[in-house]
Amino acid sequence: MLDNLKEFASEFFVTGDPLILGAQVSIALTMIAIVIVLTYFKKWRWLWTEWLTTVDHKKIGIMYIIASLLMLFRGGVDALLMRTQLAMPELNFLEAEHYNQIFTTHGVIMILFMAMPLMFGLFNIIVPLQIGARDVAYPFLNSMSFWLFFWGAMLFNMSFVIGGSPDAGWLAYPPLSELSHSPGVGQNFYIWGIQISGIGSLATGINFIVTILKMRAPGMRLMKMPMFSWSVLSSCISIIFAFPILTVTLFLLFLDRFLGAHFFTLDGGGNPMMYINLIWMWGHPEVYIVVLPAFGIFSEVVAAFSRKKLFGYASMVFAMIAISVAAFFTWAHHFFTMGSGANVNAFFAVTTMIIAIPTGVKVFNWLFTMFRGKIQFTTPMMWAIAFIPCFVVGGMTGVLLSVAPADFQFHNSYFLIAHFHQVLIGGVVFGYFAGLYYWWPKMFGFKLNEHLGKWAFWFWNIGFYVCFMPQYLLGLMGMTRRINVYDFDMGWQPLNVVSTIGAFLMGIAFLFQVWQIAHSIKFHKKDTTGDSWGVGRTLEWSIPSPAPVYNFATIPVADERDWWWEEKERREQGIQPKAIPLEPIHMPKNSAIPFIKSLCWFTAGFGFVFNWLWIAIPGLIGVAICMLVRSFQYDTDYYIQVDEIKRTEAALRGAN
Amino acid sequence: MTYDTESPYHELLDEEMKSVRPIKRYLVPLLFVLVVALLSGCSDQIIVLDPKGPIGESQKDLIYIATILCLIVVVPVIVLTGIFAWRYRDKPGNNATYKPNWSHNTKLETIWWGIPVLIIIALGIVTVSYTYKLEPSKPLVSEKKPITIQVTSLDWKWLFKYPEQGIATVNYAYIPEDTPVRFQLTADSPMNSFWIPQLGGQIYAMSGMAMTLFLQADEPGEYYGSGANFTGRDFAQMTFKVHATSDAEFNDWVKEVKSSSPALTEEGYAKLAEPGSAEKQAFSSFPAGLFESIVTKYAPGGTHHQHGSADMGMPQPPDPGKQQQTASTADNHMAHSSAGH
Repeated sequence: MLDNLKEFASEFFVTGDPLILGAQVSIALTMIAIVIVLTYFKKWRWLWTEWLTTVDHKKIGIMYIIASLLMLFRGGVDALLMRTQLAMPELNFLEAEHYNQIFTTHGVIMILFMAMPLMFGLFNIIVPLQIGARDVAYPFLNSMSFWLFFWGAMLFNMSFVIGGSPDAGWLAYPPLSELSHSPGVGQNFYIWGIQISGIGSLATGINFIVTILKMRAPGMRLMKMPMFSWSVLSSCISIIFAFPILTVTLFLLFLDRFLGAHFFTLDGGGNPMMYINLIWMWGHPEVYIVVLPAFGIFSEVVAAFSRKKLFGYASMVFAMIAISVAAFFTWAHHFFTMGSGANVNAFFAVTTMIIAIPTGVKVFNWLFTMFRGKIQFTTPMMWAIAFIPCFVVGGMTGVLLSVAPADFQFHNSYFLIAHFHQVLIGGVVFGYFAGLYYWWPKMFGFKLNEHLGKWAFWFWNIGFYVCFMPQYLLGLMGMTRRINVYDFDMGWQPLNVVSTIGAFLMGIAFLFQVWQIAHSIKFHKKDTTGDSWGVGRTLEWSIPSPAPVYNFATIPVADERDWWWEEKERREQGIQPKAIPLEPIHMPKNSAIPFIKSLCWFTAGFGFVFNWLWIAIPGLIGVAICMLVRSFQYDTDYYIQVDEIKRTEAALRGAN
Repeated sequence: MTYDTESPYHELLDEEMKSVRPIKRYLVPLLFVLVVALLSGCSDQIIVLDPKGPIGESQKDLIYIATILCLIVVVPVIVLTGIFAWRYRDKPGNNATYKPNWSHNTKLETIWWGIPVLIIIALGIVTVSYTYKLEPSKPLVSEKKPITIQVTSLDWKWLFKYPEQGIATVNYAYIPEDTPVRFQLTADSPMNSFWIPQLGGQIYAMSGMAMTLFLQADEPGEYYGSGANFTGRDFAQMTFKVHATSDAEFNDWVKEVKSSSPALTEEGYAKLAEPGSAEKQAFSSFPAGLFESIVTKYAPGGTHHQHGSADMGMPQPPDPGKQQQTASTADNHMAHSSAGH
């Protein structure tokens, strides 16, 4: 009996590697510490009522951001481990198997569990405030989305200590990801972790499209809407078309692995090329899904800190919508080398290049927003300015990759690695950082320390170029991705060392940010104006920071593009806004169902990972029960009465 | 206040250039020196830009053309970013024009919609013509008849078979210089990508089909090759050298392999195909139809995996007389399948 248990445990838990053992111990200690702290400070009830069951978009947004920063840490550690391994040829720091797991989880975590939730966090906190809404269209569904993401991410990360991580690359090309070549449970974790959180992403896409289309303040016609909200709309349109493809593709892969189907296998009439087409039909729009909101953030930040109207508003809107539509016609450029023939390659090369046009236009519009402005070099603005040259160079190498016959020499080399990190870090990460710094006071009521923020900024930027510029050259020197060792004769070592140094500089930058947050929490100055930077242009800056639960006591008629900017000018001239009488505010009630139902999905996913139907089936039954219970709940809303609104507003604005 | 819709850029350039000139005077030469130092230090190792065959040569030209076209936009954007950020910084004493409501100018916006459109049209035309010119299955123009090498990606080694010479190697290959090489690629493993940077770009090696890739070495040398698409645990071990030699040396090498190496048997192949890395090996012969059987074992019915530039299902027997015909068949397939899409 004991022997059986031992044998089971040695297979169930990942064992044998000191790095992983260390991680297991630290995870266990962290969990114990969290439980002790919560119990000691009697915070369990607070955690449950204020956070786990909340449907408030602002709190959900904050939870998304916390989760994504944790995932940034994990993905970053993965990156540093890889860079350490590559600093020396034939180094044995990471075994091949371990290295393969780490680059797989690095990719999945950074895109799906870091970039996506950071983006959703900003969507959640900002969009309703920016369009003058009191919550999103479907608050319950919103909470559901978050918890599906959260438990999906937990399931995926669990593979690190239990069962073994996936190791077939971040897109898990079959037949490598099929049972024939990956018989372990790692790929099952991959499928279920992404599947569960992916459904949450799809729901978020629907939620924000409806929110933006139906819940804007009176007077805010679509062409008066702030640019960030436009970027969210275009991103969400891409989500609702792209994510169903991901769900179906992973489901087919699941059928292959679980029921022995042959959709993507080599034998039985399956075709791996089908998978590769499908996954990139999602995967390519996905990169535009994450970068479009960053474009929206830059538009807000550049206009605010240049203290000038955004240049070329209509062009910007058109360019964004054009990008989100064109993104669906470029997927085959990820495999020009699959030999689809000259006609196919020529078509996809040209469609890919076409995307450079609206992107280029946006860059010029940002530049000419700065032109004849009065630029303040705050941290958000610094990220926005650093983004422009970085993204333009990344975009240029992207155009080079789109030249199909030239791509035959770039494909899967470090040139490609450098390119997509440049657009994803230089575009997406810089963009979300700009947004995070810019809206941080709106979320928490105080600014992050600018001095430490600038240290972090320079470390990030210098680290970025030191890390990734050498990788372009390494690609041209023939270094291909996903190798853990290389021959000394290739002359790749010096540049790899440089690149590793750059990666560690970015690691230091992250530590600066952690320090910055901790320092600011301790020593911040409370913002009492609501318009913390003093340069706000849009609705979210007209209300106190952090916003009260109902956001707007009364909803203004926002019939100008930079309504708050214009309103401030009017007030300076002594024109006071027309008072709108307070009315009771209709709000959604908290619910525990999203948390519990997502936990049931997690349980079901865990059961399917190990093929343990005795866990999977109860999990699915739990999901069904949650749906039934919700269907018969009628008491899901309440009203905030006028005198309570008055009290809250007096307390929040009294400090003015 | 009326000039802002007329020509904001002229006035701008005059006033801006003065203030940045001192910085630029040092920065530009410094950058230039740095880049030159870096490139001269390892230029012979930047193998993609040091091609030794016609395909790689064309691809290098294309890379340069595309880069120059892109720089037309990229350089001004980077310079303007620096100038604007400096010129319009909010500092006491900075009396640059401030126009908080200037947000639209049709002429300017037409310019920066127009320029990228023109560049992309130019690049698009170049790309499309090179896409047809460099289609990997297109035979190279040469007086010599091509030699065929059948390449199989295994877990985790490359098997090269010379059907005309009747020999096989693992993880290295010899080719005669100045002679087109017709690589037929397949995989008895997850899909891989076959890449010899100095000869020219890569193409996938996939199970159930035989892809065609024509390459040629213009001078003798030792060229690095590798797999570029991840296939599992020991993927990093899948590197190989291609030795381009004179015809005479090539023939000597073939003779030597024939006389001194063991034969590859069916059992030997099965053992070779087992997962694991491998040392360089040579075989004096291999079972007839081995390549064909590797391809067809994944392709029930032979026609199921019809695909672009690949020779479908059964590869043509390596009969030199049929070479031209094979290639044109492949092209027909390509045209057919593309039209079908």
